[in-house]
Amino acid sequence: MTSTETTTAPTTRTPAGGGGALADNGARPRVVAQDDNSRYLPDMPIPVIECEGVDIYYGGFRAVHDVSMVYGQNEITAMIGPSGCGKSTVLRCLNRMNDLIPGARVAGRISYRGQDMYGSDVDPIEVRRRIGMVFQKPNPFPKSIYDNIAYGPRVTGMKVESMDDLVEQALRGAALWDEVKDKLKQSAYGLSGGQQQRLCIARTIAVRPEVILMDEPCSALDPIATARIEDLMEDLRKDFTIIIVTHNMQQAARVADRTAFFTAQAAEGTGDRTGQLVEFDLTTKIFSNPADKRTEDYISGRFG
Amino acid sequence: MVALAGASLLSVAVTVGIVLALLLPALSFFREVSLTEFLFGTRWTPRFTGQESYGVLPLITGTAWTTVIGLLVAIPFGLGAAVYLAEYAPWRVRKVLKPVLEVLAGVPSVVYGFFALTFVAPFVLNDLLGLDVGTFSVLSAGIVLGIMIIPTVASLSEDAMSAVPDSLRQGSLALGANKMRTTLRVVFPAAISGIAASIVLALSRAVGETMIVALAAGTQARMVGSPTEFGQTMTGFIAQTATGESTPGTLSYNTLFAVGLLLFVITFVINLISIRLVRKFREAY
Amino acid sequence: MATIGQIATRPLRAERHGERSFASIAFLVALWLALAFAVLCLVTLLVTSFVDGVQRLDSNLFTQYSSQVRPETGGARAAIWGTLWVIGLTAVLAIPLGIAAAVYLEEFADPTRWYNRLVEVNLQNLAAVPAIVYGMLTAGLALTIGLRRGVVLAGGIALALLILPVIIITTREALRAVPAEIRQGSLALGATRLKTVWKQSLPSAVPGVATGTILALSRALGEAAPLLLLGAVVFVRFDPDGLMSGFTTMPVQIFNWAGQPQVEFRELAAAAIIVLLGMLLLMNAVAIVIRNRYQRRW
Repeated sequence: MTSTETTTAPTTRTPAGGGGALADNGARPRVVAQDDNSRYLPDMPIPVIECEGVDIYYGGFRAVHDVSMVYGQNEITAMIGPSGCGKSTVLRCLNRMNDLIPGARVAGRISYRGQDMYGSDVDPIEVRRRIGMVFQKPNPFPKSIYDNIAYGPRVTGMKVESMDDLVEQALRGAALWDEVKDKLKQSAYGLSGGQQQRLCIARTIAVRPEVILMDEPCSALDPIATARIEDLMEDLRKDFTIIIVTHNMQQAARVADRTAFFTAQAAEGTGDRTGQLVEFDLTTKIFSNPADKRTEDYISGRFG
Repeated sequence: MVALAGASLLSVAVTVGIVLALLLPALSFFREVSLTEFLFGTRWTPRFTGQESYGVLPLITGTAWTTVIGLLVAIPFGLGAAVYLAEYAPWRVRKVLKPVLEVLAGVPSVVYGFFALTFVAPFVLNDLLGLDVGTFSVLSAGIVLGIMIIPTVASLSEDAMSAVPDSLRQGSLALGANKMRTTLRVVFPAAISGIAASIVLALSRAVGETMIVALAAGTQARMVGSPTEFGQTMTGFIAQTATGESTPGTLSYNTLFAVGLLLFVITFVINLISIRLVRKFREAY
Repeated sequence: MATIGQIATRPLRAERHGERSFASIAFLVALWLALAFAVLCLVTLLVTSFVDGVQRLDSNLFTQYSSQVRPETGGARAAIWGTLWVIGLTAVLAIPLGIAAAVYLEEFADPTRWYNRLVEVNLQNLAAVPAIVYGMLTAGLALTIGLRRGVVLAGGIALALLILPVIIITTREALRAVPAEIRQGSLALGATRLKTVWKQSLPSAVPGVATGTILALSRALGEAAPLLLLGAVVFVRFDPDGLMSGFTTMPVQIFNWAGQPQVEFRELAAAAIIVLLGMLLLMNAVAIVIRNRYQRRW
């Protein structure tokens, strides 16, 4: 498996619409939709992660009900919806971060490349190594910039020929190299919020995951920093599959290939609000011609 | 208002009082015994009439042995307990075990001393482990001293680790680090100044603890060369001399305060280090 | 070059770096052992003391004085009374002083002033000064003011000084937990700061103060080292009857009995330990009841 370790993080920017990464898999997609950014998308996503009839419980409380959707390879999938609709809850189940909450339980099936992610022989550690996560608030470790990047490869036992090269590649991949190359040994806490968030992205891609989950990654950032992260996502999708939760509809419209709209429904009797998936489709479709009235109300600002 | 301020100034007066109470008799002591003899002499026989010798090193070796043994017990067990409670324990287990540590911390030291003397030395060390130790040894006193300060290390370290933001743990776990590595390589380093402070405070308590060593370490001062030997510590000497007859103004009485002053200076320096470390750990987040 | 498809077909197992790796499990077992050791020590300590002392837990223990020659019928009567006297005096001295100092530091003192910062650092340091040093301080004080050392008054002063920093620190924490709105509400109605503290902050902080104070007193209850310096007499054959009366206390008595070679004294010491631990348990139970009953959440 050493060959996977020598795969480099992206350092150059290929023109959008090239579809190069998809070609590796031999399944050159048919062009079915062309959004503003002229992306080529297959009509059916190549599934990396699949949810089938997923319910998520916290103790006796059902937080999410009956979610079935597919996250496509080298695509950006956005999950949007009003607060409390369960979109972040679903995201955290996709790499088993939800395991950390006592009482959390998943029913239904979440699979990664056909393997049941909640199977008894699955180690959540390995799930998280392959499906990384970027959080709402930047959370760099209280270590140097260099050690923040090197941490993941070290603790996951990656065989690394040159850690310096790997750190550089990861920082370049996160478009941070030029800003920090002269202060790699300084504390990560000295960086601005936007830089810290890109450092967290660099830290994530340093362990070479296949999927990157992003939980409202720009909500703590100013508009300029947000724009930089969005540009970065556009680059990253060539090598990674990205799933993003955002409360910002414009952001979903700008970056995502496909969008899932969630909403919260009060359960009869208890009054507990349970999140559910309303509609999942191409982003262009969701924002121009949604099939469900609730989606339309939400994106037109009548609700939420 | 003035009365309230006066009450808080009392604490300063106490410190000044301590310094004066120790310094004045100690100065009389140093008029008769040179500082060099006191600090570097290797024989401590203040009560052998005719051949009095006032080298404090034997007492220091006694204190050093019991303290080091105590820390060797308290640091691994205290930190282990702290890591478990802060990072691993389910809520219910934590709710049961924290009070156990509090009880352990609340047991009077004289009870620990009795435990060392009547159980640890004869039963655990002699019978169970087959060590050749007598009733008194720095080993039995040190081990029990260590048990006594486990809660000090554990509770302060646990506070320090619990104060590490959860977002750091999640960041590490999301990279595919397991819980052990997350604990050892993210949480532990982030809490290190608080953990260090807990150890320094434990050190200060070990140096100043009296009843355990007075009961279990021995009553004769000598250069202690191995843990199975008996010996006397600084506090042990003070306790022993104080319970005997000591008339104020005599050299024997002043000797007590010279040793007390040394003890105070040592613990004072340790405490200042600990206060600094705690402040650093508070600033971190 | 490996494609993504190849990486992904590997099963989701992490042999060496996973949660169920040997190192991880060994680490958790080590943590368990550390805690188990602490629990085991506590249990052993309690059980051995109980086994050693239970047959001497008789009425003589409470009604008889300690005897040099007849340990088998001796008791801790003088020590029990001495303890009550000394701890009572300690409470009377330390509680008002401690609360007054805490109120000043928390409600009035300007923390940017150097002298207030000095008091802060000084308090933290005093809390960690070895107990025996407080005995030496009190001995020096007694000598200066011409007080006899081995009397209840001296013992009370020594223990009060010892726990004063603890009371100040816990009282401050309790005051700090009182929300600012309560204070501001009172000040806005025109009450003076002193009145606000007296009528609002302090009553709100009572549970916290009481718990902290009781725990500090229980520390004083178990402390013997400073009293040794006062020459607390050990074979006391009378009940103390005033502040200037000679005395001994339970921990001092236990220290003395434990150091005697005869086995009868050891049994007596163990029995006295049971009584002492019982007293401590009682105080702690009171503290817990106060904490649970009056604890408020804002």
